Amino acid sequence: MEQLHFHFVGQQTPGDFMPILVGVVGSGNLEVMLEPSADSPECRVDITTSARGFAPIWAAVLQDFHERHGLAGISISINDMGATPAVVSLRLDQAAAELSSGTGITS
Amino acid sequence: MNRSFAESTARARVAHLLDADSFQEILGPAERVVSPHLALLGVPSSFDDGVVIGSGTLAGQAVLIAAQEGEFMGGGVGEVHGAKLVGLFKRALRLQPAAVIVLAESGGVRLHEANAGLIAVSEVMRALLDARAHGIPVIMLIGGDNGCFGGMGLIARCADHVVMSDIGRLAMSGPEVIESSNGVEEFDSRDRALVWRTTGGKHRFLIGDCDVLVEDDVAAFRSAAIGLLGQSIPLNLATMEAEHALLSDRLTQYGDCRDALDIWRRAGVPDPALVADLEASEMQALKTRKPKELA
Repeated sequence: MEQLHFHFVGQQTPGDFMPILVGVVGSGNLEVMLEPSADSPECRVDITTSARGFAPIWAAVLQDFHERHGLAGISISINDMGATPAVVSLRLDQAAAELSSGTGITS
Repeated sequence: MNRSFAESTARARVAHLLDADSFQEILGPAERVVSPHLALLGVPSSFDDGVVIGSGTLAGQAVLIAAQEGEFMGGGVGEVHGAKLVGLFKRALRLQPAAVIVLAESGGVRLHEANAGLIAVSEVMRALLDARAHGIPVIMLIGGDNGCFGGMGLIARCADHVVMSDIGRLAMSGPEVIESSNGVEEFDSRDRALVWRTTGGKHRFLIGDCDVLVEDDVAAFRSAAIGLLGQSIPLNLATMEAEHALLSDRLTQYGDCRDALDIWRRAGVPDPALVADLEASEMQALKTRKPKELA
């Protein structure tokens, strides 16, 4: 298991919102939780992953996500059980989509 | 549109089983009440420890509900997971809901948490029976791919009512456990047809361990649960003795059967080989056992 931390400076501040949770901590899958982190220009990402040694790939996937959404004032927490980079990207985009639709915790 | 129960996550099952937007979660993921054991073993936790609990309404009636996430650790019951279930049953004593509904999907005790998980299972059982003793009906819904096995299988059979789909499985020891302890001649865990006709919803329905058999559809589980609201089966010596009589009767009648097909034939099913292809609605006619006496 490895814990990784990243932060990005973005412009899109969603303001206050109910926590959003997508995905499940299952084999090849992950859960992504978005929470507001008011008055911060940062998008903070905390990851716990079962796979060790993939920090550069996480950094690349998150950089891509940040370029797509540029979020700020938000905290992203991830529990991962060996998801591929493509699955991680899809889950992050799913969470961002729920953030803009305002549905809160769904599935 | 049919929404598969088996293919939905625990959260999606709860959201679509209850009245729309009525679910209020207790100890949601943002509170991060996670397992104290998994991180020490180098295994990622889940923010809800694999179980969603809370309150809501079903057909307008107040209920408490729990749903296990089978994808996380096979739905295994760990210390926190078990404590959330216990807390829900204790809350029921205070709130007197029309039912406590458990969407069970679990391989039993989460082996990583060993004794803490075992104790959790027994505490859940005690809390469930306490709720029943206070006249609160407990309804188990079983339809996930991981089935309901081990300690969770025992917990399920402590409930007033068990609703299953054909996909759902219910037993004590799982197929792989039986094979590894007693050999492949005893039970071939890779024979999926054998596994399902021994532990699956149809078999459980025919021999009386499951009260309502439904299609793999969240709406069908919802209708079945609504039909059982407020129906409590007395938890007393008479019902215990009736259950014991039923079990010893089962052993006398079917003890020498080698396969569920033999049991079904002896129970009066005209063509056991066709059972696997029947719809849930066609199964009722095959069931000869009388429904449980309701309170």
